[in-house]
Amino acid sequence: MIATPPPVDKRPALQRFLSNLRGAPRALRDTALRGGKPNTDRTRSTFVFGNVFLHLHPVRTHRWSLRWATTLGLGIASLASFLLTLITGVLLMFYYKPHVEVAYDSIKDIAFVVPTGNLIRNIHRWAANVMVVTVILHMARAFYTAAYRAPREFNWLIGMGLLVVTLGLSFTGYLLPWDQLAYWAITIGANIAQSPREITDALGVTESFDPGGLQKLLLLGSDQVGEEALIRFYLLHVMILPLVLLGLLSVHFWRIRKDGGLVRPKDADARLGPVRAADYPVFTEAPRKTYQLAAVVRGTSGAVGRAPENTVPSMPHLFYAELAVTMLTIAVCVALAMWSDAPLKELANPQVPENPAKAPWYFLGLQELVAYSAFMGGVGIPAIVLLGLGLIPYLDRETEGTGEWFGGRAGKRIVLQALFVGFGAALVIEYFAIRYGWLREWFPNIAQLWITFVNPGTVLTLIYAAYSMWLVKRHDSTRAGALGLFTCFLCGFVFLTVIGTHFRGPNWDFYWSPADWPGH
Amino acid sequence: MNQADPQGPSRLDPDPMPRRDFLGLASLWAAGSTLLFAAVGSLRLPKAAVLSSPSRKFKATLPENLAEGTAFVPPGRSVALFRDKQGVYAISTLCTHLGCIVKPSATGFDCPCHGSKFGPDGKVIRGPAPAALPWHKVSVDGGVCVVDEETIVPPGTKV
Repeated sequence: MIATPPPVDKRPALQRFLSNLRGAPRALRDTALRGGKPNTDRTRSTFVFGNVFLHLHPVRTHRWSLRWATTLGLGIASLASFLLTLITGVLLMFYYKPHVEVAYDSIKDIAFVVPTGNLIRNIHRWAANVMVVTVILHMARAFYTAAYRAPREFNWLIGMGLLVVTLGLSFTGYLLPWDQLAYWAITIGANIAQSPREITDALGVTESFDPGGLQKLLLLGSDQVGEEALIRFYLLHVMILPLVLLGLLSVHFWRIRKDGGLVRPKDADARLGPVRAADYPVFTEAPRKTYQLAAVVRGTSGAVGRAPENTVPSMPHLFYAELAVTMLTIAVCVALAMWSDAPLKELANPQVPENPAKAPWYFLGLQELVAYSAFMGGVGIPAIVLLGLGLIPYLDRETEGTGEWFGGRAGKRIVLQALFVGFGAALVIEYFAIRYGWLREWFPNIAQLWITFVNPGTVLTLIYAAYSMWLVKRHDSTRAGALGLFTCFLCGFVFLTVIGTHFRGPNWDFYWSPADWPGH
Repeated sequence: MNQADPQGPSRLDPDPMPRRDFLGLASLWAAGSTLLFAAVGSLRLPKAAVLSSPSRKFKATLPENLAEGTAFVPPGRSVALFRDKQGVYAISTLCTHLGCIVKPSATGFDCPCHGSKFGPDGKVIRGPAPAALPWHKVSVDGGVCVVDEETIVPPGTKV
């Protein structure tokens, strides 16, 4: 094609100047958006790949990925809530001072003096909570649609890393207000880091080999919770963990593209059927071009009447969906922030522990386990769970039911059964331990190692593991075992969290309701 | 290569590594080990050589009328002091489970965080605490007790 040179503007220079000035805003817009308005298939493509922030997306998206039941928007909701914590977090940093003398006062300033400070802090807190929930649900979605299978095994591991960092961010943020809640939650957290001593003490090697003590020392920067601990948690919260999260997030997103987009069943195209006439036109040709006739002529050559691989342009289909999920997430976080204030207890008092001293809700399941054995509940069982979750994609090499919720009918039955087993086993173990006590009450002189290895937490883990092995054998399928194991762990997590949140009172005793707690 | 060898180099001899490749590999290894060494070295930074914690030795004066078996906790300290006929002794009030402050009670010590109970001598009665409350070294100088929170003495040591 021969480019025709633009006509020479013969007007006087002043007129040209004025007309250029008038046209400047439009010219600015055209130069900022590299492809121009996204109204043809080509410009819709350049809208995506010509934009540094959007180009992690594919230019065209498979229609299966856009069904809301495919993802429930949970990944985008996690990202949106993270961005919300990022923005509100930076705003909070205007006023927050990480020093034990003034940290509490600065939070009070934010809550009571700073314009919109209380709302921003509430949004920060709620967005963090929403993020924990959506990340866990997103993980469950990926698991139940078997999205971890080849070639996405490694992205499942990256996702687990993101879960750990998310929890780490929540935990480190918890200390910063330097109130009673914060101080004692961190004391407990730091001592959980030290809990490998439960083993080394029992073996009598703590003098020479003390990983627990080292962990606590590195976390607190001192042998007690004080200024050093505050500055470390602050650094972790506002710098190290967000950077790690952003790094993992980039890999996570990039891998989605490289691993072939979102998971979908093999027969997705057949199940979707043809594009409805009401849908956005699948192909609109760039004007004054003749060579994409191949896409519109009749016949079997090329893709006829539809885009390759049953896809639609990401702009607008994917981006509008993502925007909708983002807006919904923001709306939920803001609504929660307006409905409920972030807690702020009295100033930290190292001499008087909170009673009960409760961590944020998502750690109360762990705290329930910790109340049986510090090491097993705080380090051992979480490590076993993470190891189990990480191994799942490498053990389940089956292909049937990939991309399908629960892998179809049989899978749904297994999940339903596992729900009963998971909740049932947790209920029985907890009932027994609360009603009859545990080894220390029966044999006061028993060696600690016995309790470390045989406590309600380890027994429950063992039951879950045994049940899932039985499922593998019974259904002759690793996937069946994985479904059982994951469902059981979810049940255990939910059950223990509810027990820790609602049914535990002063001295970590069991109460049917917080209303029954004895007065102080 | 080996000119002195009458047979000449055998085709079974391994090819000598070209100097260029050798230097390239050597510099790669050098760069790698330097970076690794630097990374390991900087990991040393977060572990302080000197801790900023206050002195853990302190003086306390027991009340004259302190009854036998009743705890006296000096303000701001996590040690309970007792006095009986055999003398004065100090038991830590830091729970051995997860570091909460235990409260002296009629039966010994109770932990508010996870429900551990200790006997009057610090022995675990109810879990989840993994170990007994340690006893600290006390020296009596006139009417003043000096408690050393860093030194642990066998239970039953009274002065």
